[in-house]
Amino acid sequence: MAVISLSVNGKKISKEVSDNILLSDFLRDKLALTGTHVGCDTSQCGACVVHLDGNSVKSCTTLVADCKDSKITTIEGLANNGKMHVMQESFKKHHGLQCGFCTPGMVMSAVDLLQKNKNPNEQEIRDWLEGNICRCTGYQNIVAAVKDAASKM
Amino acid sequence: MISLIGSKVERKEDKKFLTGKGRYTADINLVHQTYAYFIRSPHARAKIKSLDISKASKSPGIVKIFTGDDIAREKIGGLIAGWKIVSQDGKDMKVPNHPPLAKDSVNYVGDHVAVVIGESLEEAKNAADLVNISYSMQKAVVNPGEAMQSETIHEGIDNNLCFDFILGDKNKTEESFSSADKIVKLDLRNNRLIPNAMEPRACIGDYNPSSDELTLYTTSQNPHLSRLVLSAFGGIHPEHKFRVVAPDVGGGFGSKIYAYAEDAVTAWASKKIERPIKWVAERSESFLSDCHGRDHITHVELAIKNDGKITGLKVDTIANIGAYASLFSTVTPTYLYAPLILGLYNIPTAFINVKAVFTNTAPVDAYRGAGRPEATYLIERIVHKAANEIGMDQAEFRRKNFVNEFPHQQCLVHNIDSGDYNAHLDKALEVADYKNFKNRKLESTKKGKLRGVGFSTYIEACGIAPSAVVMSIGCGVGLWESAEVRFNATGNVSVFTGSHSHGQGHDTTFAQIVGDRLGVPIESIDIIHGDTDKGPFGMGTYGSRSLAVGGSAIAKACDKIIEKGKKVAAHMLEGKPEDIDFKEGDFILKNSNKKKTIGEIAFACYLPGQYGDAKSPLPPGVEPGLKETSFYDPINFSFPAGTHICEVEVDQNTGETKVVKYTAVDDFGTIINPMIVEGQVHGGIAQGIGQALYENSHYDESGQLTTASYMDYTMPRADNFPQIQVDYTTTPATSNPLGSKGCGEAGAIASPPAVINAVIDAIGTDVSMPATAEKVWKALKKNDLKKTAA
Repeated sequence: MAVISLSVNGKKISKEVSDNILLSDFLRDKLALTGTHVGCDTSQCGACVVHLDGNSVKSCTTLVADCKDSKITTIEGLANNGKMHVMQESFKKHHGLQCGFCTPGMVMSAVDLLQKNKNPNEQEIRDWLEGNICRCTGYQNIVAAVKDAASKM
Repeated sequence: MISLIGSKVERKEDKKFLTGKGRYTADINLVHQTYAYFIRSPHARAKIKSLDISKASKSPGIVKIFTGDDIAREKIGGLIAGWKIVSQDGKDMKVPNHPPLAKDSVNYVGDHVAVVIGESLEEAKNAADLVNISYSMQKAVVNPGEAMQSETIHEGIDNNLCFDFILGDKNKTEESFSSADKIVKLDLRNNRLIPNAMEPRACIGDYNPSSDELTLYTTSQNPHLSRLVLSAFGGIHPEHKFRVVAPDVGGGFGSKIYAYAEDAVTAWASKKIERPIKWVAERSESFLSDCHGRDHITHVELAIKNDGKITGLKVDTIANIGAYASLFSTVTPTYLYAPLILGLYNIPTAFINVKAVFTNTAPVDAYRGAGRPEATYLIERIVHKAANEIGMDQAEFRRKNFVNEFPHQQCLVHNIDSGDYNAHLDKALEVADYKNFKNRKLESTKKGKLRGVGFSTYIEACGIAPSAVVMSIGCGVGLWESAEVRFNATGNVSVFTGSHSHGQGHDTTFAQIVGDRLGVPIESIDIIHGDTDKGPFGMGTYGSRSLAVGGSAIAKACDKIIEKGKKVAAHMLEGKPEDIDFKEGDFILKNSNKKKTIGEIAFACYLPGQYGDAKSPLPPGVEPGLKETSFYDPINFSFPAGTHICEVEVDQNTGETKVVKYTAVDDFGTIINPMIVEGQVHGGIAQGIGQALYENSHYDESGQLTTASYMDYTMPRADNFPQIQVDYTTTPATSNPLGSKGCGEAGAIASPPAVINAVIDAIGTDVSMPATAEKVWKALKKNDLKKTAA
């Protein structure tokens, strides 16, 4: 056990955590931020993607112990004063989600793509999202949403 | 006013999912909650010699451990197969008891043996390691093709045969083959799949001893049916004191239709310990214990004339239903499969035999399409082969055999009410730019790639289903759907449906129906589902039935609202009910300028008297309130149909196959929300391409599932797909008031044969699903050898 200080969605948090607790479990069970989902046990599905110091990571394979003094942003922290992020709006407009389970990770991943590549082409979007599995949409409308968001950001 | 029907309305439910505020079962935590961990069989087939929980029970944080003996002692019923199939000898199908926790024997890897309940999940898992189980291993029956010649899995079920089902006219079919110019034959395997909804299954049992109320939160596609099954057959709790809640559910695709062992055990056990018990599947548990799909071995023969006319069809199928008969496992390879093998074609006679066998694998049940993908795969594969063998164009061979007049009574079961098969074929040829395929092939050849084109013209029967029909063929329930439309006094509307949405967008589509019928803005309409304590009993969502059956129930309830509204309006406007027209939310007295809005009528219905200026006495005999219920039972199935055309490119050096162009033209009848329908088509096609090229569930000889993680089971990813072109033709269904046919499964039904036919066209030789790079490369090498030898 150790006391870890970090910031989650702009809020400073200091908590005693066990050495082996995963960031996904910490967010869901200790902070009740259940928007971060866990869809697999092999770090493949990407439903748990959050931003760690601005970069997308799979929170199911990140130890909280490694997040000391870092800044975490989850899907709950993406909207600003109740106004959805351009990416969130774009997913809605293009029907880029159905059951919604992969959506938080998909959106967080897509936001990071546009941080790193402002104007990705279709293949680059598809390649980037290779680590996020969606079983509902067939990805086509997700790709359309990301493209459209890129044009607006 | 623009009609809401056919409008691309953005989804009402999206914001909560996009902002992380969805509420899935795993997100729910209850006060004083415990955690369940299921001990599962590591063996495919074994006797349980001994099971000792004494050490584990003393482990820190352990509340209780239950075993199969506890379940048996309490006389908790087994999980049931809900559809009785009769074999050709007139005898009922044979199904084994399926206890929620195994008592004496385990029958697949992942079978439930005991549940450990702890103060934390970690403590429950640690204690599970201390449960001492001694197994006596037996030889597992894994291959469905050999199951009938293998050791008996369940005592009293000889040859591991669940049923031996036939459909059609054997003699007439034999005659058609005797007089055929050509007989085309194929042996096919429809690969076993794992549905893989992204949300793993989960449940929480919560018993309140003071009120004797039991609540089960669960990842279910039909909470009402789960409650019925667990109550009536499981004997877990009386229905009126039992509430089942399926909150936001992260995809189902069939795998969440059924009440599973975990539902039964957590619900029952929470009564024993009088505390809530939460269980959330890890993905590996989902792989092992979610119902799998498909898994057919089929021999099919087609009788044709030299001019390309099909004159007869013969099919022999072995369907693997796994270790136990799951809820819809027996109807999936029979009535949802056999009648649909006729495809879109006017085939005068057919004879189908399906033998369903038990094996030591996870139960196999309905997965997106359920029987219809298997049917479509074999008819479209053999039609492709037949057209090639007599040297006809694929499109023209199909066109020659299409049914052209409706209604059409097929030679097996269905009476097809409507369709225009040439229309969607023609449109697909145009959208796919079929006439220029040769040029594209040439371009691919220049890049060193082999290019092929494949067709799939499909039909499905959905909108499941007329109760009288399905019950006459063995279904244990009626398949109607319920709706309650409840006006609130302030003029907004609460709509309760027995359907369940787990990605399909019912909150939006159903609101469009209500908005269109009642003239209320969709912002003022709320769709409520997924809770047995709210709204009437319903039959849930599967078989592309929600719109055709559930949506129709809503439309009917709206019509009753209008009917009552007319009486009230007539009284208020001093006219006769038959002189009231209802249009876009207004009740208008004919030949006058007098009208009342539906909001005013709702208000009047809740304030039936005079209070100050408000004067709204109801007509004599009319009750206060404005709430109507409908239980809608369709008069027939609905029959979506369409043409899908796929083009693939194959890398000759690696065998890697990519879908490079895909066109879907579907006839879903009336479309309410084209954006949502297109999304359903995309998703279905993605799952079908997954089946054709990537996905396969594999058990080794000892019955170990070797594809039990996302590292081993190939889930299709974003970079596996091209842009899919989607278009429609429309012939409204005549079997329901909306004219809708259903769209949820079509993509998964149509696409596998379109893809495989394209691969075969590209490489010039047969290949089985999934057409992995390895398989295609080997097939190409075999071809090369043949050419060299020749």
